[in-house]
Amino acid sequence: MKLDTKAYGPVEIEDKQILAFPRGLLGFEEYTRFALIDAHKKPFFWLQNLDEVRIAFILIKPSIFHDDYDPGLSREDLDELGNPEAADLLVFAIVTIPESGPMTANLQGPLVINRKTGKGAQCISPKDEYRTKHDILEEMAARRE
Amino acid sequence: MLILSRKKDQKILIGDGIEIWVVDLRGDTVKLGIKAPKEVKVYRQEVALEIQAANQAALSSSLDLPFPDVEPPEHKTD
Repeated sequence: MKLDTKAYGPVEIEDKQILAFPRGLLGFEEYTRFALIDAHKKPFFWLQNLDEVRIAFILIKPSIFHDDYDPGLSREDLDELGNPEAADLLVFAIVTIPESGPMTANLQGPLVINRKTGKGAQCISPKDEYRTKHDILEEMAARRE
Repeated sequence: MLILSRKKDQKILIGDGIEIWVVDLRGDTVKLGIKAPKEVKVYRQEVALEIQAANQAALSSSLDLPFPDVEPPEHKTD
């Protein structure tokens, strides 16, 4: 199907790219249907809402910049996703690219997706070490040292 | 709004499944124990609000994605 996207205008997407977030995202509970699209630049993805073109989030896999990220999902979080096997569980962080200042990723409220069922949720990590603004480039640079 | 006084170890019950009790009191900090059914999510308010604000900020991100000037390492998730 053809989807109007915030980043790239109309884009052809496949059914397997469509995801359901039954609870929406925090503060955006009314938007529940999304498509996961590869951004034109790696290592980013776009989570584009199907019903409202302006609702689109840039995503990154935390493993790209942060070692051993484990959001500490609860039994209930996993139940909500239909208890995916580890191989079917995708974890993303939402990226913010401000007009000025560093590009950051939110590791405190990760998006978790069951790849098999296409069901997703925004979880709240119970771990204090994760914040809503991790400087992506700084953490990548620190890791190389 | 209902306001109740509780001493240490005293409980409040909400409906059938939710229990809240005072575990400890120290200075201006109250430590609470909370038991709730699994479908009831319990968060610190400021954490949920912070994530909401971060989601809002993320929406106004530049559409022009910066290309990281460091090579992403091979990652293990898939």
